Amino acid sequence: MASTSHRVLPGFGLSLGYTLVYLSLLVLIPLGGLILKAGTLTIAEFWQIATTEQALASYRVTFGASFVAAAINAVFGLVVAWVLVRYPFPGKSLVDAFVDLPFALPTAVAGITLATLYAGNGWIGRHLEPLGIKIAYTPYGIVVALAFVTLPFIVRTLQPVIEDIEPEVEEAAASLGASRLQTFVKVIFPAIFPALLTGFTLAFSRAIGEFGSVIFIAGNMPMISEITPLLIIAKLEQQDVVGATALAVVMLVISFAMLLTINALQWWAANRHKGRAA
Amino acid sequence: MPALVRQLAAAILALGLAVPAFADPSLLNVSYDVARDFYKDYNPLFQKYWKAKTGENLELKQSHAGSTKQVRAVADGLEADVVTMNQATDVDFLAERGLVAADYAKKFPTNASPYTSTMVFIVRKGNPKGFKDWSDLAKPGVQVILPHPKNTGNGRYSYLAAWGYALKQPGGSDATAKDFVGKLLKNAPLFAAGGRDATTTFMQRRIGDVLVTFESEAELIAREFGRGEFEVVYPSLSILTEFPVAVVEKVVDKKGTRKQAQAYLEYLWSKEGQENAAQNYLRPRDAELLKKYAAQFPPIKTFSVDEVFGGWSKAFPAHFKDGGSFDQIYQVK
Repeated sequence: MASTSHRVLPGFGLSLGYTLVYLSLLVLIPLGGLILKAGTLTIAEFWQIATTEQALASYRVTFGASFVAAAINAVFGLVVAWVLVRYPFPGKSLVDAFVDLPFALPTAVAGITLATLYAGNGWIGRHLEPLGIKIAYTPYGIVVALAFVTLPFIVRTLQPVIEDIEPEVEEAAASLGASRLQTFVKVIFPAIFPALLTGFTLAFSRAIGEFGSVIFIAGNMPMISEITPLLIIAKLEQQDVVGATALAVVMLVISFAMLLTINALQWWAANRHKGRAA
Repeated sequence: MPALVRQLAAAILALGLAVPAFADPSLLNVSYDVARDFYKDYNPLFQKYWKAKTGENLELKQSHAGSTKQVRAVADGLEADVVTMNQATDVDFLAERGLVAADYAKKFPTNASPYTSTMVFIVRKGNPKGFKDWSDLAKPGVQVILPHPKNTGNGRYSYLAAWGYALKQPGGSDATAKDFVGKLLKNAPLFAAGGRDATTTFMQRRIGDVLVTFESEAELIAREFGRGEFEVVYPSLSILTEFPVAVVEKVVDKKGTRKQAQAYLEYLWSKEGQENAAQNYLRPRDAELLKKYAAQFPPIKTFSVDEVFGGWSKAFPAHFKDGGSFDQIYQVK
């Protein structure tokens, strides 16, 4: 406890107070308002709104597509981050800058562009459709849009961690007779796994909340490609604010539960790694 | 301290009262998305008219977004002097909250809707699938593009147009209409996010055989994509789409802009206002002008939401609220 007095930030009390006020203004109070608004419903009403067949289908689409998109990016984002850190090549800083584009681009622009590309007559869609693969206006389109907007989260989380792994570690593994695969599985992967989980979590949670990019490529068919945010909009179109908040609260609770689980997993992974290093 | 506050308040009030004497009054027109061009043309017309009539330089501001979002903003405190919407449900929402008069529809001629439009079909050049009427849209093997009927005004009008058509066929009933609309909706490969998104999907991405949209959109499509690309098909019967306008009573009373707001909306029915509508491909209420622009507005038999559905206040819950006919069509698998 004594160590708190040696921190750079002024007193613990002041810092914590500031943290709580800032977090309250930006996150806790708005979310509290959301729950309060949904609180005007009875439990039975809330349950009824939250578990209609259409709502259940939309959770499956939203969380399913978000999970798949984050998982795809966990694999390919890792490769991107690895290449950007480990290999020099001409135009590297340009490529590095491109990674951030999905952050900056308005998501609606991304959605319209992706829909244009993946539609049956688009640059990419026209080559896929003869093979029987339809992307635009199907749930696959949602995955593509979500993968696009979440890529930077994985890459940017992994880059500094990969930078921290000294190439000597790999050389040492090699000199001890490890194959390339063994080096990756036993040396590199454990070191980056916590960061990979963080990146995955960020990407996944970002994907759940995504609206603009999805709406133009999803096709929005009830029971098939309707995301939960669209149902929330549908409720607002009926001026049913309470119903909309009910769905929002469901998303909030599921997301929070998932984030907690992943955080616990992350904590476990980090400690396990630490334990082995010691 | 309270004395100081009072003094300050008095000073501010005095300033506030003094300002209108030399500052120009301004009106905020809160409107729906695609009315942007219409009011961009209309506002200078009205400014000129008002200047000539009263010598006042009136500042006019526009705000455009989705109709339902806009009325919620007004209900939440966006200080609109007038609202110009594309559906009565949206203005009704403000009427329920006492922001506009309960009988706003009677405050202006022609149901407070200065111009109308109707839902028509856009087909590809030569009409390869031979669409003539709503019944062709429900046939198996065709693809129909329209915006989401639950979430967009454009989609709702398309839905009700098809429903009303089926209802008016021999032996038509709510059951046959629901069956018909169900078949038509099953032909939709997707629901576009909005009217313009539907247009892009049909014209640019070349998805679907027929696009259901406002007659007024057809001209815009022609300008954007070229006249050689498509044809407009007028069904035997369609829906009359109305665009209600209203003065926001609470705001004009507070701002002292009632006179200007009233005149701003009334002028929509003047010759100039009506001509502006016609030039923006909205059917003017003025019979003479309608005749003058006959080439642009072929005669078409229409029914209104009031006639067939008993008004939006009945149509909306029956069809688009959760559990309404739209949801029923999709939940029965």
